[in-house]
Amino acid sequence: MTDITMQIRISIIAGFSLALMAGWIGVSLPVSASPESLEEGREIVADRKRGNCYTCHQMAGAELAGDVAPPLVQMKMRYPDAAVLRAQIADPRMRNPNTVMPPYGAHGILTEREIDRVVDYLLSL
Amino acid sequence: MKHFISLCASFLIAVPALAGPDEDLAAFRDFYIKSFPLVELADHKDGAYALDEAKREQWLEMEDFPPYEIAVDDGAELYSEAFPNGKSYADCLGEQAPAVKHLYPRFNDNEGRVETLEWVLNTCRLANGLPALDYLGEQMAALTAYIAMASRGKKVNVVVPDDERALAAYNAGKQFYYSRRGQLNFACSSCHMQITGRMLRAERLSAAIGHTTHWPVYRGKWERVGALHERFRECNEQVRAVPFEPQGEEYRNLEYFLTYMNNGMELNGPATRK
Ligand code: HEC
Ligand code: HEC
Repeated sequence: MTDITMQIRISIIAGFSLALMAGWIGVSLPVSASPESLEEGREIVADRKRGNCYTCHQMAGAELAGDVAPPLVQMKMRYPDAAVLRAQIADPRMRNPNTVMPPYGAHGILTEREIDRVVDYLLSL
Repeated sequence: MKHFISLCASFLIAVPALAGPDEDLAAFRDFYIKSFPLVELADHKDGAYALDEAKREQWLEMEDFPPYEIAVDDGAELYSEAFPNGKSYADCLGEQAPAVKHLYPRFNDNEGRVETLEWVLNTCRLANGLPALDYLGEQMAALTAYIAMASRGKKVNVVVPDDERALAAYNAGKQFYYSRRGQLNFACSSCHMQITGRMLRAERLSAAIGHTTHWPVYRGKWERVGALHERFRECNEQVRAVPFEPQGEEYRNLEYFLTYMNNGMELNGPATRK
C-alpha cells in the first residue's frame, strides 16, 4: 500500500467515526438522515398542530401555503451550516426580535428531536 | 398551560408609547393608509373582503340572503317586549335608542369602568328585576343584531373622557393589543398590523380598522350569530393563549381601545363572515 492510499484510508475512517460520534451526541448531519426520518420531518413541517410551516412559508410539497414569509428553497446551498438553520427554527427572535415566526424551541412548540427532523428535511429540499 | 406574555417591540415603532388616544388614532389610520394605498380607509369595514377580490365575490353572494336576518327579527321582538315593571330596554339606552351602537363602549364615570353595549343591556335587565342574559347566548346575539341593524350608517364615536380611570382603561386595552401572548407568541398587532393583508394559509388577514364596525357576525364556522368577544377568544386560542371571559375587564378594555381606533368608521352590522 502506498503512503497516499494509506492516508486516504485513514482520513475516510476518521471522517466516518466523526460522523458516528456526531450521531451519538445528537448533532444531525444531512448525510445521516434516512428516508423514514426525512418523512417524519416532512410530517412535522406539514402538521397544523406541530410545525405548521406552510401557514407562512411556500416550499416544495406545500399545499395552501401562506405568503407571510420567504419561500424555503435551496436550503442546503443557503445553509451550509445546519446549526444556523436550527437556531432560526429554535428561536427566530435571536436574529429578528420583531419576527412573527414562532419560537419553536424556546416555547417548547417542537421537541429538540422534532427540530432535528425538521432541519434534516429542510436541508433535503 | 404556561403563560407566555410579552410586549411586542413593534408597538414602540408603530405607536409611540406615551401618545394619547388622539395621536394613537392618527398613527393607526396613517399606518393602514400607507399599508394599503389602493384601498379607501372606509372600505376596511368589510374586513378581509376589502382586500381580496375573489373572497369578496363569494361573500357578496352570501349577502343576497343574509343569514343574520332571523336574529335581527328575533331581536326586534325581544327588544319591544316590555319588562314586568312596564319599562323597556329603550328606557336604558337613551334618546337615540335603538340606534346607539356607535356610542359603545363608553366609560361609566359613576362606576369607573368601561361598558359595552352587551354589558349595558344586562345592567338594564338586572335593574328591572330580570336575570342577566348569557353573553354568548342566542338572545344576546339577537338583541345586539337588532340594535346593530338599527344603527347602520352611524359613525363610530367612542369617547375617552378626561378622567384618569378612563385613560387607564384605554391604555390597558392598548397594552393588550400590542402584547405577545401564547405559546405561539403573537400579539393582535402581529397578525392585524405587522402582516396584515397577507395570507396565513388560506386566510387573508384583515386590517384592524374596520374590526369593530359590523358586530355581531353570522359566521359560517359557528353556524350562528356571535359576538366580538367570541372572536377575541378565538384569536387568542389560535395562538395557544388562555382566552379571557367574554365581557370580562380585559376584553371590555380591549374593545374600548380597538373601537376608539375605529372612530369615524361607518357601522355596517350585523355582517356575514366565513
Ligand atoms: C407565522 C409565520 C411563520 C411560521 C408559522 C413559520 N415561519 Fe419561518 N419565517 C417567518 C418570517 C416572517 C420569516 C422572515 C424572517 C423573520 O421575520 O425573522 C421567517 C424566516 C424563516 C427562515 C429563514 C429565512 C430563509 O429564507 O431561510 C427559515 C429557515 C424558516 N423561517 C423556517 C421555518 C420553519 C421550518 C417553520 C415551521 C417549523 C417556520 N419557519 C414557520 C414566519 C413564519
Ligand atoms: C395568528 C394570527 C392572529 C392573531 C394573533 C390575531 N388574529 Fe384576529 N384574525 C386572524 C384571522 C386569520 C382572522 C380571520 C380573517 C380576518 O378577518 O382577518 C381574524 C379575524 C379577526 C377579527 C374579525 C374580523 C372581521 O372582519 O370580522 C377580529 C375583530 C380580530 N381578528 C381581532 C383580533 C384581536 C383583538 C386579536 C388579539 C387579541 C387578534 N385578532 C389576534 C388572525 C389572528
